[in-house]
Amino acid sequence: MIEVDPIQRHLFFEGIFMRYGYDFRQYSEASLNRRLAALLAKYNTPSLLELLSQVISSPEAFREIVPSLTINTTDFFRDPQFFRTLRENIFPILKTYPSLRIWTAGCSTGEEILSLAILLEEEGLLERTTIYATDISSKMIKRAKEGIFDLPSMKNFAKNYAAASGLKTPSEYYTADYGLVRFDPRLLQNVVFSEHNLVTDSVFVEAHFITCRNVLIYFNRELQDRVLNLFRRSLVHRGFLGIGSKESVRFSSAGKYFEPLKENLFQLGNEKT
Amino acid sequence: MKIPKVICIGVSAGGVQAIQNLFLALGEPLIPALVIVQHLPENAHLDLDLIFGRFTSTRINEVVDKMPVEPGKIYFAPAGYHLQIEREGYFSLSWDEPVHYARPAIDVLFESAAWAYGGDACGIILTGANSDGAQGLAAIHEKGGLTLVQDLDEAEVKIMPRAALEKVKPDYVLPLQGIGDFLRQFKQVGAL
Repeated sequence: MIEVDPIQRHLFFEGIFMRYGYDFRQYSEASLNRRLAALLAKYNTPSLLELLSQVISSPEAFREIVPSLTINTTDFFRDPQFFRTLRENIFPILKTYPSLRIWTAGCSTGEEILSLAILLEEEGLLERTTIYATDISSKMIKRAKEGIFDLPSMKNFAKNYAAASGLKTPSEYYTADYGLVRFDPRLLQNVVFSEHNLVTDSVFVEAHFITCRNVLIYFNRELQDRVLNLFRRSLVHRGFLGIGSKESVRFSSAGKYFEPLKENLFQLGNEKT
Repeated sequence: MKIPKVICIGVSAGGVQAIQNLFLALGEPLIPALVIVQHLPENAHLDLDLIFGRFTSTRINEVVDKMPVEPGKIYFAPAGYHLQIEREGYFSLSWDEPVHYARPAIDVLFESAAWAYGGDACGIILTGANSDGAQGLAAIHEKGGLTLVQDLDEAEVKIMPRAALEKVKPDYVLPLQGIGDFLRQFKQVGAL
């Protein structure tokens, strides 16, 4: 691995922040080191400053590198137990609301949104739900909106869907053609896509349920703390939060507001805010 | 000898028994944190206490994101995630691409430990059927950290320790009992 010079690294992210407002300054450093090393190898330069000068003079070049700096790996029904718990324990409570707002923060290429939409559809909730899907990257949002995937990304769909106690034949939700899978557009009908930056942006919705899985791992403790507090303030009274199976709220000042259920699902507690 | 702040262990095929034997050889508790990456299938659910609990009285933790790295404790990487150490002294996880087909990968842990702790990191490569860890061990070595490799004659699968030896001239090449004896010099004061 190419060793990243800490001064260059600092200047690189300051430069990007000043030029584009994208703030990677509080991302987990260890993860970013690997990503930066890969980026330097890809652009065949040992110097982040050289890369920075390209990136600040060309928004196009910047858009190219954003996906390499953020998290875009995801899967359908990842950690099926999570979805099973949603269906069995959380949705019955959400059903008591006449209309629902769900926020998927860091939606990436859209696998999580579709998984959620399928579950909502099967529980008769899709019609009355608005899903707010946000990501830092406009490129990712564009892809998520399309609802089109190649076959390799469908690898775990059937298995995970079944493990999430799926009720139908998976292919009822998509059509496959020329090696591409297109999901039923109805699933994305009530999804509002927008760019949202967890680092700098503030509350924009009062949600009944927020899901943000395997995004927090890429943030340092301070940023994680900010984001969990943002979620806390974005939830309705007794709203729900879902985070990744190896993520925790207990290293954040927001932790005391979240009552653990299971599978890393939490309910906003009664503690005064 | 300077006491390392963290001892990182990488192990793959043959790992369960090797770790059990190492725990037995170690006796009780060390000053440094002991951080272990064992190659596992992505969705493996290991009951660490069940598998390793009776071989050590030191507390065993499966890492969750942002957990602090504390002296005297044993940490295992969770299945399906890379494990890293941050300079602020806590762990972070990542779901980036597998390295050497492995996630968690030993290289990822070792390289982050070398970066975060420099010469205060110690790296140990045990049995395994993969070349993961060689580069990470080299990174620790370059920063002046201690490096150990399991004796090839003893390793159940020799590919991983051999790959490490081809890349690094480690400080010590020892069987598990020897590694345990060596590490016992870092035991906590008052411990037997």
